[in-house]
Amino acid sequence: MTAQTLLTTTPGQVPVRRRRWFSRTGRGGDEHPNWPGTIALLVCSLAVFAPLYATLTMAFKTTQQSVDGRVFSLPSPLSVDGFVEAWRLTDFPRGFGISVFVTAVTVFGTVVLASFAAYAIARNWDRPFFRGAFFYLLAAMFLPFPVLALSQVKLTGMVGLANPVGVAILHVMFQLSFSVMLFTAFIRGLPEELEESARLDGASTWAVFRRIVFPMMAPMSATVAIFAFLASWNDFMMPSLITADSTLQTLPVLQSVFQTQFSSNYNVAFASYLMAMAPAIVVYLFTQRWVMSGVTQGAIK
Amino acid sequence: MVTTAPTRPGVRDGAAPVRHADPRRKVGMTFYLLLVPSLVLFTLAITVPAIMGITLSFTNSVGFGEFEFTGFTNYVALFSDPAILSSYGFTIGFALVTVLLVNIIAFLLAVGLTSKIRAKIALRTVFVLPMVISGIIIAYVFNFLFSNSVPQLGQAWGIEPLSQSLLADPDLAWTTIVVVTAWQAIPSALLIYIAGILSIPGEVYEAAAMDGASAGRRLRSITLPLVSGYVVINMVIGFKNFLNAYDIIVGLTNGGPGTATRSVAMTIFSGFTGGDYAYQMANATIFFLIAVVLAVTQLRLTRGKAAF
Repeated sequence: MTAQTLLTTTPGQVPVRRRRWFSRTGRGGDEHPNWPGTIALLVCSLAVFAPLYATLTMAFKTTQQSVDGRVFSLPSPLSVDGFVEAWRLTDFPRGFGISVFVTAVTVFGTVVLASFAAYAIARNWDRPFFRGAFFYLLAAMFLPFPVLALSQVKLTGMVGLANPVGVAILHVMFQLSFSVMLFTAFIRGLPEELEESARLDGASTWAVFRRIVFPMMAPMSATVAIFAFLASWNDFMMPSLITADSTLQTLPVLQSVFQTQFSSNYNVAFASYLMAMAPAIVVYLFTQRWVMSGVTQGAIK
Repeated sequence: MVTTAPTRPGVRDGAAPVRHADPRRKVGMTFYLLLVPSLVLFTLAITVPAIMGITLSFTNSVGFGEFEFTGFTNYVALFSDPAILSSYGFTIGFALVTVLLVNIIAFLLAVGLTSKIRAKIALRTVFVLPMVISGIIIAYVFNFLFSNSVPQLGQAWGIEPLSQSLLADPDLAWTTIVVVTAWQAIPSALLIYIAGILSIPGEVYEAAAMDGASAGRRLRSITLPLVSGYVVINMVIGFKNFLNAYDIIVGLTNGGPGTATRSVAMTIFSGFTGGDYAYQMANATIFFLIAVVLAVTQLRLTRGKAAF
């Protein structure tokens, strides 16, 4: 990882990428649409849809219909009993509230801490302390959670953080590497003249960051925020191990209730799964551009 | 950044006379204040547990109370423990199969999704969708499908191995984990391949088409060699991620039947309850060393890629 490899997302690249993602036909124009390819991909997309379709239809079935063995049949009659029951069984408002809390703290904490750190690092890259800090923070990207889990569970328990607050802090820490890397690369691509002239006008470093750099980083903040959101909202491993009190669990962990005691009420289980996964799908549909570019930038740097 | 560009000359016009003192020296404190909170939290949350874990792996701690140092006893025991060895065998085998499957499918999808197809954006949106769904929840959904729908299909079509639940078959349960992991992991590999294919200049294809190269030939002789760097990156990233397999296995087989599908992560977590805390710390340390080797490999490969 040299300085060279970090010079990645220059501002000039962004419009090009945007045009590519949204062009309807890509390179080569419109003349000869590849119909066999289109049809083959549509058939392949059934593999994505099948489990989601099953979840959706099962969730709206009555309990009797949900156990008849025909998973892919349409619900008849359409029933929301499953949702009502799932709402009650998992105490959905509380689980949802805790998931929202953990996710919100993670997103906010990640964007703030990572952008702060990345700005300091990128603008002092010539100083060993800041460059060293960069590689130090990056190291966690290669540190699998299972390796740290036993100690982290013990430590969070000792300092009274065996709860959603502790989970959120750890989520931020595990997002930090990837996010600092993205932000640092982005800031190094920003022109420095603007900041320097503002500083010559008497603006403090903080004011420069707050008024100039942070607003310019908005596209990267969006990417970082969405990845923090997805990682935190969907995580099962960390909350299940860290949070001691089962009434303070996040939505993914709460779903385990259907693996045991209510295992025959499939409509209830699927309604609950649907309610837990829906927010991530909705956010994705509105933010897919940043999701897609984030994966690429994270991997190729 | 585009919107701020016009303001730049204005700011510069108002600039104060040039000072030659390094402005950074004066305001350096703010930079430290921006960086230090992250470093402190990171050290407490990541570094301290890592050091604690590695230290305890050389003891006989059961997770609480007193303990004494026992040198490499745990490590020696690890290498002759059939449960540990089988969890590594399963995890590495599963990761290899999955990484191959994911990369083949993702590459083919990327080729399709960058060709002149209709509904390109909609199809991309669909194929990336699995990435945003919680692993444990989709594993529960597939768990239901594998224990209900798949056996029905197997019976209807007379396919013997599928007519019973794969999840209950000690020899085949791992295939369900491969399928669900691949379902979820294909999107990120796919996006990296799409980026790779789009980075190939269009003229190369035009020239090849003019010389009469068929679509298959163009794929084999242009696309594949030119995205080979991305193939390597995807393989390493994928393999590293799949070694950590946990959520999906918990949702599908929970390590069963018996211990046929117990991953390394699941064995490590058994240190919470099994009274072999320090022993599993040693296991985690070995696992960490494997991750470091892979990370170094990844860095070397990505650095190599940035060079061309």
